[in-house]
Amino acid sequence: MRTRLRKWSLLLGAAAVLALPLTSWAQLTQYDLETRIGMESHVGNITGHAKDAKGDYRRYCVVCHGTLGDGNGESFPWVDPKPRDFQLGIFKCRSTPTGTLPVDQDLFDTIARGMDRSNMPQWSTFTKQERADLVAWVKHFSPRWTGEKPGTPITIPPEPEVTPERIKAGRDVFARVQCWKCHGVQGMANGPSAATLTDDLGRTIQPFNFTDGSRPKCGDTDRDIYRIFMTGLDGTPMPSFADNIKPDEAWDLVFYLRTFMSQPSKEKAMAKQLALKPVDPNAPVAQQ
Amino acid sequence: MRNRQNWAVALSAIVLVCCGALLLSQKVNAAGEGKITGTVKLDGTAPHMKGIDMSKDPYCAKAHATDPAHLEQVVAGANGGLENVVLYISNWSGSAQASTAVPVFDQKNCVYTPHVLAMDAGQTFKVITSDQTTHNIHPLPNPMTGNIPWNQSQPPGAAPVEKSWKAAEVIPVQCNIHPWMHGWFVVVKGPYATTDDKGSYTIDNVPPGNYTVTAWQETYNTMTQKVTVAAGASATADFTFKAK
Repeated sequence: MRTRLRKWSLLLGAAAVLALPLTSWAQLTQYDLETRIGMESHVGNITGHAKDAKGDYRRYCVVCHGTLGDGNGESFPWVDPKPRDFQLGIFKCRSTPTGTLPVDQDLFDTIARGMDRSNMPQWSTFTKQERADLVAWVKHFSPRWTGEKPGTPITIPPEPEVTPERIKAGRDVFARVQCWKCHGVQGMANGPSAATLTDDLGRTIQPFNFTDGSRPKCGDTDRDIYRIFMTGLDGTPMPSFADNIKPDEAWDLVFYLRTFMSQPSKEKAMAKQLALKPVDPNAPVAQQ
Repeated sequence: MRNRQNWAVALSAIVLVCCGALLLSQKVNAAGEGKITGTVKLDGTAPHMKGIDMSKDPYCAKAHATDPAHLEQVVAGANGGLENVVLYISNWSGSAQASTAVPVFDQKNCVYTPHVLAMDAGQTFKVITSDQTTHNIHPLPNPMTGNIPWNQSQPPGAAPVEKSWKAAEVIPVQCNIHPWMHGWFVVVKGPYATTDDKGSYTIDNVPPGNYTVTAWQETYNTMTQKVTVAAGASATADFTFKAK
């Protein structure tokens, strides 16, 4: 009897010792999340609390983003683009430089805007308070938010008046930084590198097609487009051009990109009058 | 009384000698940093490195018109010396090296030069472009290590990108515009070296002590060896990877 007890306790002890490292191998556990439930978000004068978003997340978000926020929810196998893995803290739509955490306002806007051409709808039905709570909830999934500060948002100067000269100048920027390598000379997402693009997790991804009427994932106002190419879309092949396009040139590029879009615009009309031709991919590249 | 004085003299003499010895030994330590040298070889025939089709970008194709580019997963010299192997001390417990050297990662003729860039955690490195075509530098570390991925463009004539990594990690780096461009940032803690085209290396500034030297090769993974570095001396650690 005694020896048997001893044997069992020995075995149990050994099992416990073996199991200990297993828990630390797992990426994130429910326990880790519990410790960060006090996470807050600040959007304007609204303060969001992660604990208040638990119900909304379970009801509306968990099916794709998963209970641990790793993007591995029930629908994962059937949706494309794949749901975001919140544990990594890497986001496409940021006003902050590449490689930094977004500010709370960026996540707040993304929830309301949704992601065009994906399974992420516009969650504009939530109240602002609910959205702020969900931002805090999204943040509580990644350990990065406890140790790191978000980046400093880039400054976007006021939008200048569109002129034919600016559109032509934008075409030069488009040629110089070679947007067409992926997006194509007419913005049709058919550049020479378009077919081989993959995201950070090695999954096939398409460049944005300006001509098919779809909206850019991170917003379709002029300021949104400015922000997209200046900060880049982290986790995707779209790099940041902040170091290589000056603020004034950036507005020129925004105007030129508008000329590709199927929606009618002032820029489109001007380009038609100018009879602008697409850039020549074989022309030598102008130096900065 | 006399006796006591004698003792005092003897004691102070001993103390003085000890102090001197301590000071001296410290000096010896500071100047006595040794090094670890050796050669990394490949046992067997190196696998065939496929040629790279750069026709997608005429600029790149033209740059390699007479000298076609090949993949660089295994680069072995005539005598079997392995290039691009990073050697570092895996049980390093000292502080980070206060090295002011800035390793440079060049994008030249649409390939990364060097293919493998080793650096110390926290050390600043530079990414430059010598090409007349736009590249994007897109390192892919695991954000859970504390190294955060970023993605920056470098059109022709662009200014260098200066960065550093927080944690030790082997980080793949790629250009999405030119999918064949693939290289490595090998971030280690402490002194390191990369093998040259003959497979030889020297890790400088190694204080005396017992160390585990690790050799990292992108295809064959790692090998380790224990070495003892004596003050001011050079220890040898040769490695041989088996070709697969």
